[in-house]
Amino acid sequence: MAPLLNVAGLQAWYGESHILHGVDLHVNEGEMICILGRNGMGKTTTLRSIMGILRKRTGRIEFAGRDLMSVPLHKVAHAGLGFVPEERGIFATLTVEENLMLPPVVAKGGMSVDEIYALFPNLAERRASPGTKLSGGEQQMLAMARILRTGARCLLLDEPTEGLAPVIIQRIGEVLVELKKRGMTVVLVEQNFRFASKVADRFYLMDHGQMVAEFPVDQLPQRMDMLNTVLGV
Amino acid sequence: MTMIFGIPVQALMGQLLVGLINGSFYALLSLGLAVIFGLLRVINFAHGAQYMLGAFIALLLAVHGGIGYWPALILAPLIVGVTGALIERTMLSRLYKLDPLYGLLFTFGLALTIEGTFRYFFGASGSPYAAPAALTGGVNLGFMFLPVYRGWVVIASLAVCIGIWLLIEKTKLGAYLRAATENPVLVQSFGVNVPLLLTLTYGLGAALAGFAGVLAAPVYQVSPLMGSNLIIIVFAVVVVGGMGSILGAIITGYLLGIAEGLTKVFYPEASNIVIFVIMAIVLILRPAGLFGKDA
Repeated sequence: MAPLLNVAGLQAWYGESHILHGVDLHVNEGEMICILGRNGMGKTTTLRSIMGILRKRTGRIEFAGRDLMSVPLHKVAHAGLGFVPEERGIFATLTVEENLMLPPVVAKGGMSVDEIYALFPNLAERRASPGTKLSGGEQQMLAMARILRTGARCLLLDEPTEGLAPVIIQRIGEVLVELKKRGMTVVLVEQNFRFASKVADRFYLMDHGQMVAEFPVDQLPQRMDMLNTVLGV
Repeated sequence: MTMIFGIPVQALMGQLLVGLINGSFYALLSLGLAVIFGLLRVINFAHGAQYMLGAFIALLLAVHGGIGYWPALILAPLIVGVTGALIERTMLSRLYKLDPLYGLLFTFGLALTIEGTFRYFFGASGSPYAAPAALTGGVNLGFMFLPVYRGWVVIASLAVCIGIWLLIEKTKLGAYLRAATENPVLVQSFGVNVPLLLTLTYGLGAALAGFAGVLAAPVYQVSPLMGSNLIIIVFAVVVVGGMGSILGAIITGYLLGIAEGLTKVFYPEASNIVIFVIMAIVLILRPAGLFGKDA
């Protein structure tokens, strides 16, 4: 079966800086992959390029068999991709509920507001608060929740555990497991491979704008030396 | 004769009304400027010309088409809004990736072009535009005589300002606008057509200026320079309210209009500069403006 998301030979630039040097990756429907790598290796740039936020790029990006390279940014979401940025992007002038309801529904099958509040009870309690009054963990949950409502088939999730307390990281892990059960396809960017190993099916290891290794989660113990070298842990 | 602070109450109320009417125009115009600046980050120097355009379209519709005030109140803002949207889509949008100064320079040039063209064809002197029959005459309130049309200006301006505020604060479209003001790229990645939103916003801002122009036509003379006389004051209002603050633009518009009116009563020599003095004080004490984000 053809992968849901297929990226081949992706190169990308910020101005004159050449960041991605031919990224290849694929994600099957319902699979959760994790891109590991140190800071500045191109993980976030990969997600931003796939989403179409970064437009100075070459190569091939196909989603559900559709070429996304020429699709304008505002139409990529309608193809079924949802992006949760590292900085979370919670809008200060909007309440929690307004933030949650902001992204348009792009397809059937998204979570209802009741389901989302059941999954993230903290958000329900604070639905009338300004979005930026939430804690870092709650903001991360809100950033994920608002994409889950849209019916996106594939979630691009950029470092969801960055700067969060262990108890919140555990909660985000539980949410990801729940999403997996629901058949959501996820591309996770992480530096915390211990966290990722509990949720991801497969790993890509990124170094200097390229994927240098790809392996399933059960090969993680054998790859520890390589991980330690590339991640510098 | 009843006196307040040594001033006859009729004179005081008269100037308060003048201030409120001026404030109505300041609020409408600064609201349009704030909406445009908030999302597009463009300081729309063409706003005064678009206000003048609204008044002139109403005049031309009456003279050449026999179309009266009420249809003109809808048609003129619509024409100004559509023209603004076309200008944004075909010209202004090309400048977004450059320094905001380019947008300011472009709209400044646009204002001079529009005003120069109208001066060429219609001369610099003003033309009268009659208020509709239903709004002529006045009402004796006991302490002052209220011309009906001026009362209508205040009510119409308030209604439009509240309507636009509700649109921005209470609707999904408004939520898109507010979110896109903060992070347009992220909003676009959610699937919202932000370029279209920018075009509609500029069109809305221009239409508000056109609406103010039609409202102003029976109060002031319709002349090619009517906008350039007003726009500097309106910029001061936007700065005092806080650049991009919708509520700030509305409230400050009325308050500064009233402050100007009261200054005419108590110290007439300062009435032309009072708004700019307030602006200078606000800039020193609260650079983000009274309702600005950092205030």
